[in-house]
Order: sequence, then C-alpha cells, then structure tokens
Amino acid sequence: MSRPAYSNLMKAIKDGKFVFTGELEPVKTVSLDYIIHSAEMMKDYVVAANVTDGPQGFAYINSLVPSMKVQQEVGLETIYQCTVRDRNRIALMADVLAASNVGIKNILTLSGDHAALGDNPGAKPVYDLDCSQFIDLISHMVDKGTDIHGNDIDGKVEINIGSAVNPNNEGEPLEAEIAKLGRKVRVGADFIQTQTVFDIDKTKDFLKEIEKFNCPILVGLFPLKNYGIASYFDKYIPGVNVPKDLMKRLKKTKKKYMPDKKERKKTIADINLDFFRPFMKEIKQNTKAAGIHCMAVHYEKLFPRLFKDL
Amino acid sequence: MIVTKLKSLEEIYDMIKPYSNVLIAGCDGCCQPPRGIHEANNLGKMLKLKKMVDGEKFDYKATTVLRQCDDKIAATALRSLVDDYDAIISMACGIGVQILTKVFPEKLTFPAQNTMFNGAADHEKNSYVEYCNQCGDCLLGITGGICPVAGCAKSLMNGPCGGQIDGKCEVGDYKIDCAWVNIYKRLKKLGRLDLFEKYRPKRDYRLMTSPSFIDFLELDEIEEEINEKEAKA
Repeated sequence: MSRPAYSNLMKAIKDGKFVFTGELEPVKTVSLDYIIHSAEMMKDYVVAANVTDGPQGFAYINSLVPSMKVQQEVGLETIYQCTVRDRNRIALMADVLAASNVGIKNILTLSGDHAALGDNPGAKPVYDLDCSQFIDLISHMVDKGTDIHGNDIDGKVEINIGSAVNPNNEGEPLEAEIAKLGRKVRVGADFIQTQTVFDIDKTKDFLKEIEKFNCPILVGLFPLKNYGIASYFDKYIPGVNVPKDLMKRLKKTKKKYMPDKKERKKTIADINLDFFRPFMKEIKQNTKAAGIHCMAVHYEKLFPRLFKDL
Repeated sequence: MIVTKLKSLEEIYDMIKPYSNVLIAGCDGCCQPPRGIHEANNLGKMLKLKKMVDGEKFDYKATTVLRQCDDKIAATALRSLVDDYDAIISMACGIGVQILTKVFPEKLTFPAQNTMFNGAADHEKNSYVEYCNQCGDCLLGITGGICPVAGCAKSLMNGPCGGQIDGKCEVGDYKIDCAWVNIYKRLKKLGRLDLFEKYRPKRDYRLMTSPSFIDFLELDEIEEEINEKEAKA
C-alpha cells in the first residue's frame, strides 16, 4: 500500500494502533439530530464512523450530507459509504469531488444491496461501474489527478479507499469472495471492513487467509440491543448466524419474561459484554486485524464498557 | 431464442376494445414458448368468449408467419389477409410487432406478449433462462463461457458481490445461482483462475446505447477483406 494516509483512520492504522470505528445510519428523514447525537456519544471511543448509504436498498437521506455534518459539527471523522447501485460514473465522480470539497477523507466503496430488496423495489439499479471499478475511479482521482476517463481534475483529491468483504461463506463461494478481495486490493483499496461476524474460529481462519493481501482489515461486529434485532439479523442478514447460546440468553430478556426495563437493559448489556469483549480481545491479541468496526447503531452507550482497556 | 410472456387477457382485450374484427398473427420463428397458429387460435377463442360475455360482436382470423421479424416474409404471409381486418394482434416478440407496423402502416398492430429476454429452455429446471443481454462486448472468453452481464443481477464485471450466500444471489430470495461463483468454480476446475483474478476495467456503454444499428456495408467490408486476404494467401 503506497498511498499516503490522508485520514485519521489510516494514520492510526499506519501508527500501529488497534482502531475502532462506529456506524451511523441516516434514515428517511430531513432531520439529522439523532445522527449528531449518536456521533457525540461515540466520538470519544472510535477513530471514525461509517455513515451508511441506503442500506438494504432503502431510499434514505443521502449519506454525504451527514458524513460532512458529523465531521463539522461533532469533530468525528467519517467514512462516507457510497454505493454504485444509485450512481453512474459521472455521479460517482461528482460525489467524490464534493466529498473532497467538504473534507471527507474516507470513502467505503460498496456495490449496495440490490434495489429490488428495498422499499422502492421497482427502481432501476445503476451498476454502471462495479465496486472494483469504483475503487479504480477513486484511485485515478487520488493518485493520478484525473477522472477515470483520464480527464484532468483541478486540485487534489486526498481520500483513503475502503472496501467491504463478507466472510460469512464457506467453500468455493468464500474462495471467490477472497479472490475478489485480492482484486480490489490490487486496484487500490487502502483498508477493508468486514460484514458482521459472530464465529470467532471462522473469522480467525478468514483473517489468516487474507493476510497475503497485506491490507489492513477491521472486523465487523454488531452488538445486539435486544432479542428482536438478534432474530432479525439471524433471519434476514445474508449468511449471518447469531450463535444459538447468545440467542437463548437474549430471548430470556424479552419483555414478557423480564418486565423491569432497567433490569432488562442491564442484562442485555451484560450479555453483549460477555460475548463481544472476549471476541475482540481474541481478535486483537491473536490475529493481524487492524481493528474492530462496531456496527452498534443506536447502541453507542455500550461503547465505554465495550472498548474499556482494549 | 427470444423468450416472451403472454400479456393478460384483460390487457389485450382493453387494447383491442374499439375493434370487432382482428387478425391474430402467430410467429413460428425463435419466439419461445411457441406462439404459432395453435396459440393464435386459443387467444382468438378467449377474446371472442370475453366479447360474448360483454354482449359484443367479435370476429377474428388466426394465422401464423414463419418469422415476423423478417419484413419480406411477414409481408408475403399476411398481405392478402390484412385488408379484411380492422387491426392486427401480433403474437411475436417486440421486433415482430414493429415489423408488422412497418409493413402494414395503415393498420395498428397490438402486442399480445411481453418480450422478456434472450434465452433458452433449461429442461432440468423446467424453465426458460436468460443467457444474453446484448452488451455489444462479449466477455464469455474471459469468464469461462458464463455471462455475468445476463447472469448477475448487478451485471458486475468483477464479482461476486457481498450479496451471495453459498453461491446464491440476494435477488430472488437466494434461489438463483450467483453467476460469479459459477464462473469461479468453472475457471478453478479448468485451471484458469488467472482469468478470474484479473481486474476488468470499466465498460463502454455506448455499445449498449439505443437506438443502435449496424450498417449492411460493414458486413460487406468484412467479406471483402476476407476475400482479399484469401486471394493473397
């Protein structure tokens, strides 16, 4: 990886720090108060926060604006998630230029969940470029000072490029995913964030396998705020299986079994800490992962205890 | 072959509402499932029954054409019939409908079908499957003969995406194969993973921009070039 570290995230990784990133999810709204509030809550515990871009194909507020506002109003660096689902190469370049103008230093390149899965299922998905080609596009802009067609850009684009990977597969489908990741790193990805994982052994095997790419990777974790979220994850998120023990423990915290709100919240927090702290310690101590990407959307208040002394 | 799907009877009925005497033209060309004389007759019967229920008079003639997409064949097959009818219903693909429109401009031709894709029958799956998306820049030589443009829901050049689980696609409830996992499996089996690992740069979508045409002269030029080279050799 020869590209300079432009972002705090990349600087921390290059300095050898074990980094934490959080996640902010803007939804179908004109207000960003809750995003600012969440960012405030996590700002002391993470080096940067991802800002999601229409997850699951839903039509939400454009992620560039909250990415900018969180940096400007909260002082927390953001990782602007940008999918190729909704933008052709012209729109992608326009957004990268705009992101540069407002001081964004990280872009996570994503293909995006297909529009057919979202809340406007008849929408025409774009996919003019795929994710690797989007990395190529940003690489052109950052490293060569041109757009992807070779036209000169006025001024410098200083952005580090993120890429996502889904380790939740086995056999040849996982081999294909790994080979694709290698392609993305060769094209110019600076860092990688994984999809949510729950299986430590599989995760360690996966991390070992991709060491050859020599690209910093942040392991994706998703603390479970309640049983409903856990069962949603288990059922609907591709390839993600929440461990049965964890599901069992969380099931006991359902309102009907545990009517006291305070007790319920404390128990859920303890369950998450019991599961994720040893998980993260293992990742930190016994793998070459660069950090943890913690997708605790609306559960930032767990961060102080979750990351303590890690 | 071009795979088509019959429109609902209601939609066809609504389109031809002002007409009481129509010519229904099947197509014996590549259109699949078959939409020949038998299917043209069936449609005529259904429309007649519906008109009867509504207390309206309706006459039709069912016929078929060897290939509706060939203007000379279509004109020869239908010329003697067209004058006797108020309108035409074409049971061909969208090309057939437009060729009849061009050949018989004085009549309105209505489509009985929706044109779905370029594909073929898969007898194991008991269905028609899309194979080609007419991208104008065939990649099959570097993808082990499996098309990611037609076979991948996102038409990715550098797949798979993170939406595949166990080789199945996120679109269609994980029932359809991920084209990129199949490409990987095939290239691995044939010892050509070098092709998989290679980065494929951005495509030129001008090749897919409509309306498009290829000049007959271009084909003649290729012919001439071959003749010249053969003569020299």
